[in-house]
Amino acid sequence: MSGTPLLSLAIWVPILAGLVVLATGSDRNAPLARALSLIGAVAGLLVTIPLYTGFDLHTPAMQFVELKPWIPRFNVNYHLGVDGISMLFVILNSFITVTVILAGWQVIDSKVAQYNAGFLIMSGLLNGIFSALDGVLFYVFFEASLIPLYLIIGIWGGPNRVYAAFKFFLFTLFGSLLFLIALLYLFISSGGSFSILDWHRMPIGMTAQTWLFLAFLVAFAVKVPMWPVHTWLPDAHVEAPTGGSIVLAAIALKLGAYGFLRFSLPIAPDASHELAGLVIALSLIAIIYIGFVALVQEDMKKLVAYSSIAHMGFVTLGFFIFSPLGVEGALVQMISHGFVSGAMFFSIGVMYDRAHSRLIADYGGVVNTMPKFAAFFMLFAMANAGLPATSGFVGEFMVILAAVEHNFWVAFAAASTMIVGAAYTLWMYKRVVFGSVANHHVAELSDINGREFLVFVLFAIGALGMGLYPQPFTEVMHSSVDELLRHVALSKIQ
Amino acid sequence: MEMQKLYLLVPLAPLVGAIIAGLFCRVIPRWVAHTVTIAGVAISCFASFLIFRDVMAGNTYNGPVYQWLTSGNYRFEVGFLIDQLTVTMMLVVTFVSLMVHIYTIGYMQDDPGYNRFFSYISLFTFSMLMLVMSNNFMQLFFGWEAVGLVSYLLIGFWYTRPTAIFANLKAFLVNRVGDFGFILGIGLVLAHFGTLDYAAVFAKAPELAGTTLQLFGKGEGVALMTATCILLFVGAMGKSAQVPLHVWLPDSMEGPTPISALIHAATMVTAGIFMVARMSPLFELSDTALSFVIVIGAVTALFMGFLGIIQNDIKRVVAYSTLSQLGYMTVALGASAYSVAIFHLMTHAFFKALLFLAAGSVIIGMHHDQDIRNMGGLRRYMPITWITSLVGSLALIGTPFFAGFYSKDSIIEAVAMSHIPGAGFAYFAVMAGVFVTAFYSFRMYFLVFHGEERFGRAAAPHGHADHSSPAKESGHAGSSDGHDEDHGHHADDAHDAHHHGLAPGEKPHETPWVVTLPLVLLAIPSVIIGYVAIEPMLFGDYFKASIFVDATAHPVMKELAHHFHGAFAMAAHALTTAVFWLAALGVALSWFFYLKRPDIPAAIKERAGWLYTLLDNKYYFDKFNEAFFAGGARLLGRGLWKGGDAGLIDGIIVNGSAHFVGWLATMVRLFQTGHIYHYAFTMIIGVFVLMTLWVTRA
Repeated sequence: MSGTPLLSLAIWVPILAGLVVLATGSDRNAPLARALSLIGAVAGLLVTIPLYTGFDLHTPAMQFVELKPWIPRFNVNYHLGVDGISMLFVILNSFITVTVILAGWQVIDSKVAQYNAGFLIMSGLLNGIFSALDGVLFYVFFEASLIPLYLIIGIWGGPNRVYAAFKFFLFTLFGSLLFLIALLYLFISSGGSFSILDWHRMPIGMTAQTWLFLAFLVAFAVKVPMWPVHTWLPDAHVEAPTGGSIVLAAIALKLGAYGFLRFSLPIAPDASHELAGLVIALSLIAIIYIGFVALVQEDMKKLVAYSSIAHMGFVTLGFFIFSPLGVEGALVQMISHGFVSGAMFFSIGVMYDRAHSRLIADYGGVVNTMPKFAAFFMLFAMANAGLPATSGFVGEFMVILAAVEHNFWVAFAAASTMIVGAAYTLWMYKRVVFGSVANHHVAELSDINGREFLVFVLFAIGALGMGLYPQPFTEVMHSSVDELLRHVALSKIQ
Repeated sequence: MEMQKLYLLVPLAPLVGAIIAGLFCRVIPRWVAHTVTIAGVAISCFASFLIFRDVMAGNTYNGPVYQWLTSGNYRFEVGFLIDQLTVTMMLVVTFVSLMVHIYTIGYMQDDPGYNRFFSYISLFTFSMLMLVMSNNFMQLFFGWEAVGLVSYLLIGFWYTRPTAIFANLKAFLVNRVGDFGFILGIGLVLAHFGTLDYAAVFAKAPELAGTTLQLFGKGEGVALMTATCILLFVGAMGKSAQVPLHVWLPDSMEGPTPISALIHAATMVTAGIFMVARMSPLFELSDTALSFVIVIGAVTALFMGFLGIIQNDIKRVVAYSTLSQLGYMTVALGASAYSVAIFHLMTHAFFKALLFLAAGSVIIGMHHDQDIRNMGGLRRYMPITWITSLVGSLALIGTPFFAGFYSKDSIIEAVAMSHIPGAGFAYFAVMAGVFVTAFYSFRMYFLVFHGEERFGRAAAPHGHADHSSPAKESGHAGSSDGHDEDHGHHADDAHDAHHHGLAPGEKPHETPWVVTLPLVLLAIPSVIIGYVAIEPMLFGDYFKASIFVDATAHPVMKELAHHFHGAFAMAAHALTTAVFWLAALGVALSWFFYLKRPDIPAAIKERAGWLYTLLDNKYYFDKFNEAFFAGGARLLGRGLWKGGDAGLIDGIIVNGSAHFVGWLATMVRLFQTGHIYHYAFTMIIGVFVLMTLWVTRA
């Protein structure tokens, strides 16, 4: 397998599949478009499996590396590679794409080919982000991935979709501009290299590190999103179609966090230490403040969107504790959040498809008419509340324990999510699912069909499998995380 | 068979039953569901017995099952620690669970959720076994939360009842408050010991006894052991319902009675007691933590007992007595009498499960009327339930020779000999508690089984119309959900019968054998287990190394052993002690009040109205929590949302910048006049400025 360009396949198989699907054209061919999309998505997932099975646990170096000149004049290369930090995200993303295609199977009935093609192309672009080792290549993927998501929200979204799409686009574009400036600075000061790995090794003075760190912080904080640049997320989720929400929560939010590990920490280690307090403070605000905000949401999608922000607070907190337990806990939390929030948005989508409302007040007693759904929804609600044996527990547990080591009161603040997180999730569950049948809309609900059951099972395998046996997920991270922390501990100031 | 496989079988057999009954609950017939789950628990119980014999032969075990996670230098494993303490818990859990499984066949026979119920209680058994068999804090926490989850599912089993789904949310959240402390305690263990493995932690504990943490700025700091133990105990306060985290337990009575017996009396609520006993090598190193434990336990033991006096719902009386007895166990822990706490945990598991199941039997006999004011004289109609209830009540109040006597009396003796700060108050509380326990237990017993027959009256108040029931609170909470107006019930829901009670002229009836058999089987240990077990468990070498007591600092058990001259002598001697007479006085007074002169309690209620109101409102804990914590959190959330997110961030910063850009664009537009001469002029000025700059720089 060593000769196979696996990462190129991971990027280009879904994109090509997307173009083929696009070629089926109008909705007369919708069944064909759906079938081709599913084949493309599954093929996209299959080509990523060897990344895991062929992964060498014992090296922190980049694996499956591909290096070809792209724009030789500026020393820009088509340089791909994954390590223990990024590899799992390529697989997660390809997995999520399959669920998204299935999730929109019957629901999307206009511009089917374009919808599915959008997701397939986006999937390839996102894989590109996680495997790019060249600054320009990364930036191109990073920006290009915005376009399909922007279109998905803007075309298949809810009534206020244009506002949401604009807000989403402008927020992230704002961050991207600073990111671009930082990349250009690095290109110049490295003497003409766009290689991210070169940047990792290059000495940089404290002032420059601080500016670079702040530029990265703004760029990535918007994506994560961190408080206070998070307000685009609830709007985007509310307007996005179910598939858009799933990808947004499961993958797009991970890009910012991934950026911290690939850029901020290794390129500006001294500034990272210097400004860790700032990031930790913002993370704790995200966990507590957003937790309370989530509690009073009336719209289920907004509630889960806010809960995503709180969960991502654990990710940024874990990174800036600078311990293996913290960083790996944060990575675990990112992957877990992919399964759990994806499943939560899918659950809400299942109800929305039937009753056309996302408001908690419009439901009540759903368990009476949708018992199978209620069981799955309970599983994912519990995972969202961080119950042991679900993936939601593992990351929170690791980050809280790492935080106690770092500073007891930081851990104290973070652990409050045990109470608040359970409160907003289960209170919503109680009002929506339990109780007597609240109105005739609920009385007319039909339980999940085979396709929805399949999607739930896929998510459940992820959430439970990772909760019961997280070792296969963390063992691939060890070498890379240890190496990263060793690197970050060394000063770059000369 | 290899012992390790047997260990695995104990939790997995109920799990398999739970999975079969749960996943296929809609397709399998009822007999399949109860057969597979009962078989699973029976196998588990039998295997536990084999393991018990093996452990008694001296074969303990501590080893991993699989590696759950590694990170940095830390290893987290799933593993078993099989020793005397574990195996005691395993026997109690599996035996009571088996009884409850059998009982459920009768209790739930009309319920549409029959299969689901069996799945849940087997899942609970699995979770509880994982908790007690764990050899590390991670798995302990897993079991801890898993039993909490099943408790949540079971309290809300009748999910259309507003009171039930309020109670289960409340139970989960209050437990989460405890878990919040618990996980921080675990965090301190990991941070300072570098491992979560019990054996390694306990081995390292003495050398870290002097470590202090600078938690509150400069100064002396807090001892690591004190902080760790108190945080761990906060977890126990949630699970074992100690004041002020006790508020969920009375409401948990909304669940079906079999789980009140299994989860909310015999096993899950004792997890906190078990945990502290398991952690005895840590708690022994902090007198401050032990003082904290003993005071909390004493408050719970006495003040929760008072509340039992005024309850009219049969299950709630038993629930408050459970709270009070959990307080007794906690007091024993604080007095460093861990073995006594576990001993009381065991006797209590039998007689309290018995009392709950008997209460359930009464409820069936009364056609789901739970109000003891509507009962009376049931002994004529339900003889087995009557006798077994009497046995349970006698055991509970500590009648000599009954199981509860040995354990409760040992607790009182241990507290008397403890010198830990707070022990004096605790001694008063447990002594007064004896009287209170006897009084409310026999109040219930007399009102239910003796006296005038008050059932079958048309205008009789029903259990849930009773004003001390939680209907009021849940309606209150419901109003914040906007769902309280809707009380529509499904006609086919069996629990609708809950509100019915006996029709005029109808008589209560004894329950079927699946119900009475467990009563009888639980009544036997409720009588004899104390007599049989006290000598080996408390004064013999039963627990060996599984419980650690620093005998020089806390010599309570040694002194207790000094005064012990055999189980018979202990009971015989009891007749001359104050404890016995306090209990007797309680029984006599309740007989006088509730059978002889029912006008007296009514008059007291009239006179001491403020006291009654205080007790009726359960010291206002619920009202305070509802207003301050629940209301405060919602208010804070709304403030942050509307003020912070919508007002400040979106309103001023985001839209403000948009407006600013808009304003800027308007300004800039003024320059876009479309007249060539404007542009040319501007260009000339620009060139002029640039040239000036260039010249001056040079």
